[in-house]
Amino acid sequence: MSEEVSAPIPATPSVGHTRLSWRTGLAEYGPPALLVIGLLLVWEGLVWYWEVPAWLLPAPSQIVTTFVTSLPVLAEHTTATLTVTIPGFALALAAGFGLGVALDASPLLRRAIYPLLVTSQTVPIVAIAPLLVVGFGFGLLPKVLVVALITFFPIVVNTIDGLQGADRDQRRLLEAMGANYWQLLRLLRLRAALPAIFTGIKVAITYSVIGAVLAEWIGASAGLGVYIARSLRAFRTDQVFVAALVTSLLTIALFTLVSLLERWIVFWKGER
Amino acid sequence: MPTLELHSISKTFTTSAGPVPVLDRLSMQVAAGEFVAVIGPSGSGKTTLFNIIAGLERPDAGAVRIDGVDVTGRRGQVAYMPQRDALLPWLSVIENAVLATVVQGGDVAAARREARALLADFGLQGWGDARPALLSGGMRQRAAFLRTVLWHRPIMLLDEPFGALDALTRAQLQQWLLALWDRLDRTVLLVTHDIDEAIILADRIYVLTPRPARIALELRVELPRPRSYTLVTDPAFARLKRQLQQVLMNGERG
Repeated sequence: MSEEVSAPIPATPSVGHTRLSWRTGLAEYGPPALLVIGLLLVWEGLVWYWEVPAWLLPAPSQIVTTFVTSLPVLAEHTTATLTVTIPGFALALAAGFGLGVALDASPLLRRAIYPLLVTSQTVPIVAIAPLLVVGFGFGLLPKVLVVALITFFPIVVNTIDGLQGADRDQRRLLEAMGANYWQLLRLLRLRAALPAIFTGIKVAITYSVIGAVLAEWIGASAGLGVYIARSLRAFRTDQVFVAALVTSLLTIALFTLVSLLERWIVFWKGER
Repeated sequence: MPTLELHSISKTFTTSAGPVPVLDRLSMQVAAGEFVAVIGPSGSGKTTLFNIIAGLERPDAGAVRIDGVDVTGRRGQVAYMPQRDALLPWLSVIENAVLATVVQGGDVAAARREARALLADFGLQGWGDARPALLSGGMRQRAAFLRTVLWHRPIMLLDEPFGALDALTRAQLQQWLLALWDRLDRTVLLVTHDIDEAIILADRIYVLTPRPARIALELRVELPRPRSYTLVTDPAFARLKRQLQQVLMNGERG
């Protein structure tokens, strides 16, 4: 007994912590980094050796040069893409979360709407997107809607799963305390659902930039999608690669941001 | 007048294999300040019984009365401690302990002060602001017990509170509960399948039959208080234990 009732363990990490994590980092990211560098070198060598024309496959060195020289133009297009991505994702988050809570609350609503939700995901977005442009014009709205349509589904599904996955014992305890629906939601179920909701958000944010690029491709005056379409018409394959690279980096950056937010908000996850 | 009275409670569950009677006209009384244990073979409907007292389920027939008032199906009337601690992982020990006050809209600040004042008695001194993940199994169970005490109900239901712990920790916690018990002034109904635990802690023991549960035996534990764990070697303890074992074994055969 006396052993259990000791003072709390100090939360400060040991002195060797930083060096250890640096080594772990090298062990984790070293091999993939080496592999990527190796592949780039092979790519560069083959393009040079076979004298592959630039419109078919540009060398990595040329892509880097294009990237640097077209930075001002890229910045403009990237800003345009983000102006579509962020509101679209925000809309998906609000609608997806709200719908998830509503569908969890009403079994009737869930039975009625859930199949429609799944069906909405089976319709190819390339078929819907032009219709949206026809309906809502060439402004921001149709593109925001395309991003929202692509990204809201994982958020709805994970919100419902998370809300229904709250621990049974904890739920019964709160019920025995006399908690009503809203107290159960506020004190237990929304908190318990957060890890699942973040899983949905991470899937959704991964699709969001691609969704925006796709929407711009179909009808826009600026954005990475427009840049890719123009570059393809001009046989500027190097610019297509650069746009693809920026799209990837943007997605990775947003994903990392969400992961950091998750660690901050779902602070108790992984403690047990 | 008993503080808690179960009057002829019956409950049958409908399953795909047909109706399964779980409780059959079960009656028991717990007097104010009394510590009563309920022992039964596993699957004998102990948890269903507790759910009915806690108001989580309604009986098909019969009534739950507290101080003579019918509270059948009403929640929040008794304090309840589940077998697994059910601590919320995102709340500190203190915030977990005052949860019932939060739900019931009481004075949370006062409850927090009370919780802090009790930390030492519950072996949680210095751990008030720690989250449950940092606590050992025994400490978590004591934190759950603190939450049950701060529910501020004269009657406490303990559902196998030490069932998930290793034997040594369980014995330590029983010893601790014995010492704490004399100062608490609460009425307790404890469900357990541990015969030793029932004899050491309780004033009276009900033994249930296998499903559908009826009362196979009611036994008064005539051992002097304050008790301690050394009782387990006492001849009187051995007699009681033999008696209980016999009834439980026969019940399982029948």
